[in-house]
Amino acid sequence: MSHSHDHHHDHDHSELSETELRVRALETVLTEKGYVDPAAMDKLIDTYETKVGPRNGAHVVATAWTDPDYHDWLMKDATAAIHHLGYIGRQGEHMVAVENTDDTHNMVVCTLCSCYPWPVLGLPPVWYKSAPYRSKAVRDPRGVLKDFGIELPAATDIRVWDSTAEVRYLVIPRRPEGTEGWSAEDLAKLVTRDSMIGTGLALTPDQLGEASS
Amino acid sequence: MNGAQDLGGMMGFGPVVHDDNEPLFHGEWERRAFAATLAMGATGSWTLDASRHARETLPPAQYLSSSYYQIWLAGLEKLLAERGLVTEDEIAAGHALTPPLPVKRKLMADDVETVLAKGGPVDRPASAPARFNVGDRVIAKNMHPETHTRLPRYVRGHAGVIEAVHGVHVFPDTNAHGLGEQPHWLYGVAFKASDLWGADADPGLTVRVDLWEPYLDPA
Repeated sequence: MSHSHDHHHDHDHSELSETELRVRALETVLTEKGYVDPAAMDKLIDTYETKVGPRNGAHVVATAWTDPDYHDWLMKDATAAIHHLGYIGRQGEHMVAVENTDDTHNMVVCTLCSCYPWPVLGLPPVWYKSAPYRSKAVRDPRGVLKDFGIELPAATDIRVWDSTAEVRYLVIPRRPEGTEGWSAEDLAKLVTRDSMIGTGLALTPDQLGEASS
Repeated sequence: MNGAQDLGGMMGFGPVVHDDNEPLFHGEWERRAFAATLAMGATGSWTLDASRHARETLPPAQYLSSSYYQIWLAGLEKLLAERGLVTEDEIAAGHALTPPLPVKRKLMADDVETVLAKGGPVDRPASAPARFNVGDRVIAKNMHPETHTRLPRYVRGHAGVIEAVHGVHVFPDTNAHGLGEQPHWLYGVAFKASDLWGADADPGLTVRVDLWEPYLDPA
């Protein structure tokens, strides 16, 4: 731990230091009492920092975009179809894929806590767990989209999925125009985390060019 | 319980602020708080539902002014204290002061991958037929238990339509309180925004909520 040097954010410094000290004290006690293995904790952190993240979900989406049989399987039994690509386990035990169409946009929230499909998206961002998002998504999803700089046509219906049980939802965004003939590998680069939560859309080829230039 | 966690429909929190370059963890303490929560969860000393209840029973003012990992940390400390696994004195001292209590399991580094891959499926065999079918109209009960529930306030008393039958899942309302899994049928229920939020609601909005059979009455 880098002691009190991790203050590159906007929390009150003294409060943060108190929290830091408390976490360190707690870990020491848990370790001394033999309840936890610090090496296992390191591995848990490393798993979600380096192995599990939204690239997994992008792989699922791009595969569904390019393989009609996989698409049908994903829509019918997302748990099995996602497992088939190697993504499985904690907070993704019961998966459902919901697909955006010309008429309908989907958005996923957990109003009661922070339920999120870890095996395909990794750990949720702060905004997903925040009061503004959790309070507003089920009442005013167009307002949420506006916060993300997105405006959908008024005629587009919106379905918001509140993750109140252990079923986890993955949004399949619409495949952008101008991507005919693209490989699944290239298409995956267009699939952002937010597009799989429903607070964003997949990047267009032009946007991808801007992002990588 | 009607705690600060039940946020659906509340107002006044301002816009959703997102940071495109947000780090996964904001500092080392978040990493350790996250991992300690998962590692202690793996000891089998409490259920996932009990850990959610520990967080939602934080005083509302504290819940709403804490970052999410601060909520996790406070929940973890509460679960540990309730079971006598770690005392407040020990956290204050930064060292163990009492002998450890036995726990069911200890998560070792070599087992992390297997344990995460296994997860904790909550589907269970059915012991009775489902009461509702896809297309049935139901009403979410108007109930306000002081204990754990996953029936959000904003759907209580409102009518919706069964769109999916997910199977039989562990019931959080009992499993959070040491009363067993008591599995029940779980349904995906669609609510029209105008039924939830009134005449001014977004006419194109449907909210889908997963609800257990004991939460529902026929409409």
